[in-house]
Order: sequence, then structure tokens, then C-alpha cells
Amino acid sequence: MLAAQVLVNAAVLGCLYACIAIGFSLVWGVLNVINLIHGSLIVLGAYLAWGLYQWIGVLPWYVLVVAAPLFFAIGYLLQRLLLNKVITAPVLVTLTLTFGLDLILNNAMIYFFKADYRKLTLVPSLGSISLGGVVVPVDRVIATAFALVLTGLLYLLLRRSRVGRAVVAVRLDHDAAVLMGVDVKSIYAIAFGLGAALAGCAGVLMALIFPISPLTSSAYLGKAFVVCVLGGLGSVSGALVGGLALALVEGVGAVVVGPSYATTLSFLLLIVFLIVRPQGLLGRKGFE
Amino acid sequence: MTRSSIALAVLLAVLALLPLVGGAYALRLGTIACMYAVFALSWNIVGGFLGYPSFATAAFFGFGAYATGVLMTLGVPLPLALVATLITCLLAASVLGAVLLRLRGHYFAIASLSLVEVLREVVNNATDLTGGGMGLNIPLASNSSVLGDALFFFYAMWIVLALTAAMVIAVSASKLGFGLACIRQNETAANMVGLNTTLYKSIAFGLSACFVGVAGGIYAAWVHYIDPSDVFDILYSVKPIVMALIGGLGSPLGVVCGALVYLGLEEVVWRNYIQIHSGLLGLLVVLLLLFLPHGLVSLRTRLFRRKAGHA
Amino acid sequence: MPEILSLAGVSRHFSGLQALRDVSLGIAGGEIVGLIGPNGAGKTTLVNTVCGVTPASAGTVTFAGRDITRLKPYQAARLGLARTFQIVQPFAEFSALDNVATAALFSQPGQSLKAARENAREHLAFVGLDGQADQPASTLTLAMRKRLELAKALAMKPKLLFLDEVNAGLNSAEVEKATALIRQLAAGGITIVMIEHLMKVVLNVCTRIVVLHNGELIADGAPRDVVRNPAVIDAYLGQQYAQRHGAHG
Repeated sequence: MLAAQVLVNAAVLGCLYACIAIGFSLVWGVLNVINLIHGSLIVLGAYLAWGLYQWIGVLPWYVLVVAAPLFFAIGYLLQRLLLNKVITAPVLVTLTLTFGLDLILNNAMIYFFKADYRKLTLVPSLGSISLGGVVVPVDRVIATAFALVLTGLLYLLLRRSRVGRAVVAVRLDHDAAVLMGVDVKSIYAIAFGLGAALAGCAGVLMALIFPISPLTSSAYLGKAFVVCVLGGLGSVSGALVGGLALALVEGVGAVVVGPSYATTLSFLLLIVFLIVRPQGLLGRKGFE
Repeated sequence: MTRSSIALAVLLAVLALLPLVGGAYALRLGTIACMYAVFALSWNIVGGFLGYPSFATAAFFGFGAYATGVLMTLGVPLPLALVATLITCLLAASVLGAVLLRLRGHYFAIASLSLVEVLREVVNNATDLTGGGMGLNIPLASNSSVLGDALFFFYAMWIVLALTAAMVIAVSASKLGFGLACIRQNETAANMVGLNTTLYKSIAFGLSACFVGVAGGIYAAWVHYIDPSDVFDILYSVKPIVMALIGGLGSPLGVVCGALVYLGLEEVVWRNYIQIHSGLLGLLVVLLLLFLPHGLVSLRTRLFRRKAGHA
Repeated sequence: MPEILSLAGVSRHFSGLQALRDVSLGIAGGEIVGLIGPNGAGKTTLVNTVCGVTPASAGTVTFAGRDITRLKPYQAARLGLARTFQIVQPFAEFSALDNVATAALFSQPGQSLKAARENAREHLAFVGLDGQADQPASTLTLAMRKRLELAKALAMKPKLLFLDEVNAGLNSAEVEKATALIRQLAAGGITIVMIEHLMKVVLNVCTRIVVLHNGELIADGAPRDVVRNPAVIDAYLGQQYAQRHGAHG
């Protein structure tokens, strides 16, 4: 019974992890930038959901409609105005720049919202589903469903739309894309915008489940990174596989060594993977 | 000794004269200045000489603070505890370096960043030894007056700085330094001419850790109380990078100057804005990277080139 | 002359791709061996496998009587195995002199930096780069960088030297010069294995030719015999070459 519960929890959590990681993976794959502000954007998304629910009672899943364009605009502008200036610089520079931006945003959130943990509690509560002894809260199920929808939407966007194909082209072969007349600068901005939009939406969904605080941003960022490494960089299916794998390892680890060693466990997993299988579980490059 | 090494030695000698002119406040600032300079010089070994973007400074600092702190609560005298910290830090980081420095670019950066989180978690969990999240009270190292105490810790930190500087100067003039520069420029070729890159990287990581650890130990004894979120603060990892960006990557004299300038900014500009301290640091980082092309020019031509210099 | 390098049943695969298939080969001291074959035949993989960059998946490599199959590149280098790269690999910020000094410094234990630099001067002079000793490697022309690679390899005091397309991208005068250097090295007692696409150079310099195709050894012998071998003509040289060659010889 415990095994079944652990598996179901892992499946639910895994989809959420994939949703956290997918935007991060897109930016990393297309721009070759580790976007350290990703975690704080997720938290900002969570605050947006929390605030709108507190003020005017908008249910989180409706907030997605506002969050997506809003965060896209934030990401697009960040890339166009700031990141674009150093995009060809060495790793240390792009990394440190996004770190600086993260410090600003995170500090701003601490300043305005304080560091206390807040919880978005739906009234009335949605309760939970129980199936053969396995219990899952309904809000988790809803968040998971939306996480899958978002992931699917990104997949379709990249696969079907013109812009999506251009993003994929830049990802797979930057130089060839330039030769084919793709405006790489605007593709970079769009990819970064998409990454931010996904972060914001993921944050909205997280608000349903986890406590909200600026202090949680580094945990989200860490998860995103581990998922990318596990699943392989830059594919939607990779993010899903990576998310599920991480959630499973965490779930089993919590039972075996206790939940307080979660970070250490995923770090060890990360190092082992980077050294033994750097191409990730699926071992494929590129977006669909 | 090169000219810049001599200049560095002179700068340190001048710093040692600080107690002649300043009181308790100046000594406190001087102690932090020495500590920051130790960070910057140490980071520069891996970040500047070797060219790997390391975010591990806070891990070494926190580790050193706790190693010394725990030893002192067990009754070990401060000097002995510091020597033990130095050796443990050197060995542990060398072993870790052999593993972590197999990773490159983003991967290494993130692995070094998560090292901080891991150590914080481990210390948080090892409640019996470290007090966990409640923090650790550290016995007084001396029974002298407030000013005497300030003087003691200033010189302790200054000695660590002097040792670090001597080590860095020795490294940059040695076969080791030459080898690190080779690895930075072309790791494959370095391996092919018979350079044991794993060994060199591992030594570099160890050397960049040990004095930061000792500085952490002195800090712990100085403030008498540490807790995981204080000493494993990721800002300790970022500050040396900012200092190096200010002063010019790779040059020991440059990064020490960067450390002093940074401390000046920290004190003067945002001493009064404690609530937005990290935000202002972020702003400084962003402005530096975007509008200080001088640091970037040298960085671009000398470090982590994405493409080797094809004509 | 006894064998200096021998490969016994060496295979290497990269996730599904068989780059080397059961290659067995003995090279005697003092030989100048030409390693030829079409693109993707496994020539560079062979060099990488011997040097320890991509260790063999199966089989053993013996060098100067020692099993070196599992050695790391730097260990192989210290035993006297040197190589040049098809794509030159200089330390771009270093001067030409320091580039060569690294090789002397790290390949021989107990070398001091000062001694290594003095050593390097001789090798630079040998390849004709003494005039550029203090220039950063990034400012040298391609031909110069190729010679710098050679000087670096020589500074390692190799017993066996792999030359990976040292002539690619050079004009004919530069090729002449490089060929003369290679002869001189061989006369000095260094065994040479060269990957080379210019058949003129191969036939001119080599005492023996080894042909790889799809990771397999398909011919091995005296140059005159190998170029008449139908399998080699089929796989690599092509009919045109055979006709031309037949007309001349």
C-alpha cells in the first residue's frame, strides 16, 4: 500500500516538476543560458495567484490566463534589454548576470511580501480522492492536470507553429538557422519569454499545493536543473521523464533515509548522472 | 617576484598598520576586508587561473566555520582547531575537486552552487554536533577587552590573508600555475602533453578552499555564534566573483583591490539599507556586467572562450 | 627492429557505432607508416584509442613492451607517445615558446620551467619558428600553427609520433617543407605513423601503408603493393587513381 501511495505521489509530483523545468530547459537549450531567475519567477507567479485569490477571489486556474502573457512580456523584455547584451559572453558572465537579476527580484519580493510562508487555502476545500487506500488531494490532481496541459501546449507550439519551428531550428543548429534567415535575436527573446511564461504559470499551479515564500525559489531552481540533467537537455519528453524520475527518487528516498536529506539526495543523483550519463535518460538532443 | 606581486605585498603591509590609526570600528572593517580579500584571492585560483566558474566559496566558508566551531565546543583551542580546519578543508576539497571538476561550464557552476545547499542541509540535520537550525554557540577564544579582542581577530584574519597571498603568488610563479593556465586555455591539449589535469584541478580546488575555511573558522570564533543560514549564505559565493569582476579576473593584485572597493561600496552605499542589501548587490552585478566593458574585455579575450582562437 | 607498438584485436564503439573493428597491427621501431582510408574510416579514432583519449572497448594496445590499453592520455604521453591534432590545439594566449615549453615541462618528470623553455627554443628552431618565439599562438598563421604542433610533439621526446593530417590546408611549398621535416625526424630515430590524404606525400615518405575502411584493417604492406590492391582501390583510391597509377608505373 505504501508502495502504491509513493508511486502515485511521484507521478503527481513528477508532472509538476516537469512543468517547473520545461521553461528552464527551453532557455538553456536555445540560448545556452542558465537562467537563475527562473526560481524567483515561479515564486512571483505563486504570489500572483495568491494575491488575486485573496483580493478578489479569482481561482488559480483562471489566473493562468493573465499570468502567461504577463510573464511572457517580462521575459521578452529582460532578454531584449539586458541579457541580449552579453549573450555571446562566457558562461561566467551570463550566469552571474541572471544571478544578479535574481537577487534583485528575490529581494524585492522579500521586501514587499516578507519572507514568511503563506498558504493559498481554497474555501471551501476541494477535499481528496481515495482509491483503494491511495489518497490524493483534489487540488493536486487539478494542478497536475494543468501542468500536463501547459507542457502539451508548449509541445504543440514548438511542433506546429512557425515561431516554434524557428525556435527549434535555433536550438538544433544556430548557424544554419541564421543562414536560413531566422532572426535569432527575436527568437532568443521569444524563447526567453516562453520560459518566463512557463515559470509564471508553474508558479500559479504551485500556489495550489506548496507554501509560498521567496525563500523557496532556490529549491525550485534546483529541481529544474536536476530534471534537465536527468531527462536530457531541451526536450519536452525529456523534462517529463526527468520530472518523474526525480519525484520517484525523492519519494523513495524520503521513505528510506528521511525527507530532510532531499537536497543531498538529488545532488548525489545529479553528480552521478552528469558523470555517468551526461546526455540524460533519453539521450536525445532537441525539441520535437 | 613580479611587480604586481610586490605591489600586493606592499598593500598588505599597509593594511597591517591599520590598528595604528583606527579604533574598534576600523578594526572590524579591516577584519572583514582581510576576509573578503581571502575569498577573492582563493576564488581566483579556480575562477581566474583555472577558468572554471565556481560558486563554492560559501560551502568552504561554512564548512570551515562549523569545523572550527564544533572543535572549539569540544574544548580544542582556537589555533589547533584552525590548523585542523585547514587540513580537513584542503583534503576534502581536493577529493571533491577531482569529481566536480570533471564537469564543465554550466554543469560545474551549478554543481558548485548546490554544494552550498547540500552542506547547509547536512549541518542542519546533524543536530547533535552542530545544533542544527538552532545554531552553535562558540566559546570565547580570549578573555581580553573589547579592543584587545578586535585587535586579535584583525591580526588573525590578516595572517590568513598574508598566507593566502603568499600561496597565490607561489602558485602563479610555479609549474602548478603554468599548468592551470594550460588547462584554462585548452584542456585536451594539456592532457596530451602529459599534464595530469585531474590532479592539477584537484589541487587547485583544495587550495582555493583551505584558507576560505580557515577564514570561516576565525569568523566563527570572532562572532561567537553561527547558524547554517548565516555561514552557508550563497552571497558569500557571489561576492568574490563581483570583486574579481571589479578588479579584473586573473590578477591577484586586481582581485584584492576589487575586494577593498567592494567592501567600501558595501559599507558606504548600503549600510543604511539593510533590507534591500542583496537587491543592491544584484543591481551592482548587473550594472558591472553591462556597463563596465573593461572587466569584460579582458574576460572575453582570456577566459572561457566558447571558440578557440581560429584565425 | 622489434615492434614498438602493437594492437591486438582492438575494437571501439560509440553508442552503437562501431568505429574500430578487431584491428590487429604491429609497428616496428623506425618505420614511417602511412595510415589512409576514406573519411570516417576510423583513422583518428585509432590514434585516439592508442593515446588513451577513447580507450579500446576490446583488445589490447602494447607500447614499448608495456600494456597501455587503460592508460590516461597524460600517462601515454609520458611514455613517449606524442601526437599532433588534425585541428590544431594551441594554448592560444601563450607565446609559441611557452606552448612548446608546456610539452617539455609536463611530459618529463623533474623538468623546471626554465629548462623547459630553453629546451623549447631548440625545437622551435628545428621547425623554423624561432623568429616567432614570443608571439602569442593565436597570432600565428595556420601553417605556423601546424609546425608549432609538431614542435610541441617533439618537445615531448617521443619514441612514436602520430601525425594527424599535418599537411591539410597547406600549399605545396609548405607541404615540401613539412615532408622534409618528417624525413629528418625519422632519420633521428622517431617512429612515425601519419594520417595523410595526399597520396603523393604518402608514397614519397612512407615505408609502409595501412588502410582502414569502416573501422576494419583492409590492407597493410609496402606502398607499391597496397596501391595496387583491388580492395583499397575500391574503398578509397578509386578507379581513376588506379588507371593513372597504372599508366605511370
